[in-house]
Amino acid sequence: MRLVVDLNRCQGYAQCAFLAPDVFAMHGDESLLYDPQPDEEHRENVVRAVHACPVRAILLDAMNGSLSTAEARGER
Amino acid sequence: MSGDAALERLKREGRIVVVGASLAGLRAAETLREKGFSGSLTMIGDEPHEPYDRPPLSKQVLLGKATADRTALPRRLDIDAKWRLGVPAAGLDMKARRVRLADGDEVEYDRLLIATGVRARPWPKPEEGSLDGVFVLRTRDDGAALERALAAGPGRVLVIGAGFTGSEIASACRERGLAVTVAERGDAPLVGALGGVVGAVAAEMHRENGVDLRTGIMVTALEGDSSGRVRAAHLSDGTTLEAEVVVVSLGAQRNTEWLTGSGLGAGPRGIACDAGCRAFDIWGIVTDDIYVAGDVARSPHALFGYQFLSLEHWGNAVAQAETAAHNMLSESAERRPHVWVPAFWSSQFGVNIKSVGVPSMGTEIVITQGSRAERRFVGVYGYQGRVIGAVTFDQCRWLDFYEQQIEQTAPFPPPYSTVDRRPEGNRPLDADFPDPSIPTHGPTITLSGYSPADRRMKFTPAHN
Repeated sequence: MRLVVDLNRCQGYAQCAFLAPDVFAMHGDESLLYDPQPDEEHRENVVRAVHACPVRAILLDAMNGSLSTAEARGER
Repeated sequence: MSGDAALERLKREGRIVVVGASLAGLRAAETLREKGFSGSLTMIGDEPHEPYDRPPLSKQVLLGKATADRTALPRRLDIDAKWRLGVPAAGLDMKARRVRLADGDEVEYDRLLIATGVRARPWPKPEEGSLDGVFVLRTRDDGAALERALAAGPGRVLVIGAGFTGSEIASACRERGLAVTVAERGDAPLVGALGGVVGAVAAEMHRENGVDLRTGIMVTALEGDSSGRVRAAHLSDGTTLEAEVVVVSLGAQRNTEWLTGSGLGAGPRGIACDAGCRAFDIWGIVTDDIYVAGDVARSPHALFGYQFLSLEHWGNAVAQAETAAHNMLSESAERRPHVWVPAFWSSQFGVNIKSVGVPSMGTEIVITQGSRAERRFVGVYGYQGRVIGAVTFDQCRWLDFYEQQIEQTAPFPPPYSTVDRRPEGNRPLDADFPDPSIPTHGPTITLSGYSPADRRMKFTPAHN
């Protein structure tokens, strides 16, 4: 599972850190640190965090896995 | 054939090539597919990795809270692309519409998007820069290597340059309990981007957190031991500093060399393009099939005097890529401009620093909320009687308001009284930006008009 937080949008409401504390954590009063590739077991909490974010700053992957092996090797 | 039919054909069976497989390239590719492009899409990237996110590299990765190989960007959809990773683009033939790759291969396109971004500016003396223990921080591999070096517990880390990245590295070192010295040529950290008034606050943050901050100083040489490991740095005040790890954090260079001789308007300041992301050729003529997005693009911005802005900002990469992708598949009347208001963030010493607009264009600053002593304030920048930028330290919820003020070209100093006006906020101060002609670590926004140093062609006026 991959995610990215648009920190331009993030306003430090900390809903994500409350709902998925293993993935998101506040660092100081406003800054957010997060694990960009959390383990699958946290998905349910992360999905909750995505929906709870008041500014919709969390983007979660819509497709599973990474590039296929052939692509990763750079083959056409 | 009518334009509509050509566009439909492009969408159905055209060939689009994206050079640069990072944030801008990926978001552009996703937007192309969302807009119904079903032709062939080729993604070319010089790094062997699929697109990944860079901001965590100087934050959670250096803190050891995430690993560099787990920052791959999430995908909004399957872009069904041919990936050419680990091979840089080496040339462009505009006439034949071909991108040449470093391995000799060539890729033909109907539309090209250039998003080659920037790379870390290396230490100017290569033999010193290649010593063991000397790092830059830009790529995923850089991040992994630096994290390993910090985890080994070096006796002292030297960070050269106190821009945003340098300051974040210093902050991470302190959080890990490492001794760190920061050497900055300017008078304070962040002065290039935010000026001396805010730079003074940043300097206090460094020192309060135990950073050995040395300003107004240059590193003149790095010295290695007999095994080729960095041992010490020589400073311009005559002193020598012992350090086991040195991080060169001197800003970035644009990846445009591969376009030399192509006829595209590309140079050290980026690739000039119109507000619709279409690249200019060297004559200033807009191309119709080559688009630019992200850190490498320079485009005129109506809000900022039509200066060509080149923005090393995460949000800009996303917004410009989406605009470029939209315009690539649109008739001229449907194209839209990229008029994003610059915005960036940094996190250091537990303080959230965010900014909108172009502070470095400002000449004055007024503190409208909070106080500098508390490290919690809003600074508003003025330029010729209007609001041009704003910065917040742990006050980010005010930024939307100031973004609107900038968009409305609101008067400066702001005429309203606020809920939280402290005595220090009543009066505008000189924002105290360094003379832009003096090199420093450089702001992440380049106000780039024509540079007299870029002597790329000779202008010969017509004579009778």
